[in-house]
Amino acid sequence: MSSQVRILTFKIDDRDVSAREGETILEVARENGIYIPTLCHLEGLSSTGACRLCIVEIAGRPKLFPACVTRAEEGIQVITQSERLTKYRRVILELIFSERNHVCSVCVSNGHCELQNLAQKLGMSHIHMRYRFPSLNVDASHDRFIMDHNRCILCTRCIRVCDEIEGAHTWDLMGRGVDARIISDLDQPWGESETCTGCGKCVHVCPTGALVEKGKSASEMAKRQQFLPYLTLMREEKE
Amino acid sequence: MSKLRLATTWLDGCSGCHMSLLDMDERLIVLAEKVDLLYGPLVDFKKIPKDLDIVLIEGAVSSEDDLKKVRKLRKRSKILVALGDCAVTANVPAMRNSFGVDSVLDRAYKENAALNPGVPDEIIPALLPHARPVREIVPVDVFVPGCPPPADVIFYTLCELVEGRIPDLSEQTRFGK
Repeated sequence: MSSQVRILTFKIDDRDVSAREGETILEVARENGIYIPTLCHLEGLSSTGACRLCIVEIAGRPKLFPACVTRAEEGIQVITQSERLTKYRRVILELIFSERNHVCSVCVSNGHCELQNLAQKLGMSHIHMRYRFPSLNVDASHDRFIMDHNRCILCTRCIRVCDEIEGAHTWDLMGRGVDARIISDLDQPWGESETCTGCGKCVHVCPTGALVEKGKSASEMAKRQQFLPYLTLMREEKE
Repeated sequence: MSKLRLATTWLDGCSGCHMSLLDMDERLIVLAEKVDLLYGPLVDFKKIPKDLDIVLIEGAVSSEDDLKKVRKLRKRSKILVALGDCAVTANVPAMRNSFGVDSVLDRAYKENAALNPGVPDEIIPALLPHARPVREIVPVDVFVPGCPPPADVIFYTLCELVEGRIPDLSEQTRFGK
């Protein structure tokens, strides 16, 4: 294996930046302290481009690119903030809020929610479309945890952490479009899952109040995600 | 300068937003020099006045009566403010929406009633199929999220409106605050 790593140079928001070949635009932006909003992305897990909040423009190309899964290229000019991007990001957020029942005021994750924080950060005071108010289940069959589908945004962090870090792959996705939802094992109650190890990693990577610990009241569910970069680092060192 | 004409109303909500309004404490006196409060739960006057400048709406639009009130207030006011999460998003009142009106009324007035079980059919206004945010019924000029919005935010909002400006509240409040 060659130790020679190719270095690419390009621009983000008119700033000259450099990247190792294979790095994503998001990674390079973060290394340089340039803010791009993200929701489904979490450092330490694979990227999937599910939420599309990290979309950026590349000069001369008509379509928008999700920064978390788009690799840096030599000479491109990336734009992370524009009227067009702000508009699309706002609409994405509003659609997420309209799709399920996000009742912030009584949610256990109130004040600790990445969706809620992002809404404030992007200046979203209300949504422009109608709320769907779907009828969704709460799975409280597990001894220690709850899955509340009302708050789920289908970011798939739980699926990825369970598969990639815990190695159990208890979670997966079922259905399409508006009917898509997170399932445990073969769509069985979580408490009856034979693969779940009860490690709770999914709970702590969940950005909203969809996966929570039992016994928490409104605003009490703060997540702890520090374990993830630590675990990833320890494993890389072993390799 | 003549005082601005202010009204407030309490639709499907807990009155927490009005409590927060009262939490402005001595700043209410400052406001009283600039606005006249003409209608709402804090005032005895029963009819909605004409030519209002500012209306604060607390609560989701949930019943026939809410619908009438919010339409009338919109017609009679220059600036309409959705005050608090129920007015902005329908919030907690909307948690009934996925169940349907009949089952909600049965639960409240029959299943859980110890005495005289039965859904009231007079005096109490009929529920709409869904509790809805105000914006879905009439145009809203200012959105003030929060459950309830802090007194500081309400004070700031009213001061800005009195000065003829539409306030930017994104730094000061959010859903569920």
